[in-house]
Amino acid sequence: MTFDVLVEVRLRPGIADPPGATIERSLPALGFEEVAGVSVGKAIRFRLDAPDETTARARVDELCRRFLTNPVMEDAAVTLVPSADADAAVTG
Amino acid sequence: MTRVGVVVFPGTNCEHDVVEALGRVGADAELLWHTQPTLGDVDAVVVPGGFAHGDYLRPGAIARFSPVMAAVAEFARNGGPLLGICNGFQVLTEAGLLPGALQKNRDLRFICTTVAVRVESTRSALTAGTPEGTVLRLPINHFEGSYLCSRETLAELRSDDRIVLRYLENPNGSIDDIAGICSEGRNVVGLMPHPERASDVLLGSTDGLPLLRSLVGATVG
Repeated sequence: MTFDVLVEVRLRPGIADPPGATIERSLPALGFEEVAGVSVGKAIRFRLDAPDETTARARVDELCRRFLTNPVMEDAAVTLVPSADADAAVTG
Repeated sequence: MTRVGVVVFPGTNCEHDVVEALGRVGADAELLWHTQPTLGDVDAVVVPGGFAHGDYLRPGAIARFSPVMAAVAEFARNGGPLLGICNGFQVLTEAGLLPGALQKNRDLRFICTTVAVRVESTRSALTAGTPEGTVLRLPINHFEGSYLCSRETLAELRSDDRIVLRYLENPNGSIDDIAGICSEGRNVVGLMPHPERASDVLLGSTDGLPLLRSLVGATVG
């Protein structure tokens, strides 16, 4: 099976987020006083082949731990769905 | 003569400065391309500054998987002196050879200036020849230089006397004003300031020379 994967890399709670703070500080000047809690992370998308979803999640978790995040300051939220891409489904 | 290997990744840009500065303290430095699986016959290794692999994903995140890094890690495990400068410091933290991580600067600015740092411990490969309390003027040049680590790691660094350099005036938000740390074995040192850029009076400071001398084990003179 082929899965579409979205990994959102986020700063862990308590880690300073200068880009998020800078964006938030600029918002009142644009008339968005009601916005709070801005944080900036990364979105990484890819496809992954695996026999089943459990295996796919385990592989993505390992990839996040070893490479896509730095556990000292980041964690990841993983969204994983069977790929809708017909070609990928055939070849996968 | 002490032979020093200077690791070069695509995007590294301080390697020639480091080779030049090491020459001034009597070492024979050679460049080591990142695809090399071995280090050859070297007595010390420097991972210099720059933007290894474009700093994509995170500074050092991709560089740590370059073939040469396995050899660098083994060299460090065997007690070999290993220095990471700026981007090299980031690479060594990503590789797990030094604890913690380097985050974006507090004020979200790329900082290019000269700062004063104090030698906090002489018990490292980089600071063995510089008395504790010595204030050095060294250039910094980074966007992601704010050192951070867990509370436990910080406590460990403090109690083990592994914080080797502190900023007198914290330029980037680093926890506990940390500018440089060393490994448990004290042979691996990482710092954000550039000692190689303080290696000639024409550069405005020669304060980097005693540090590099210590690294190569040469006598002061």
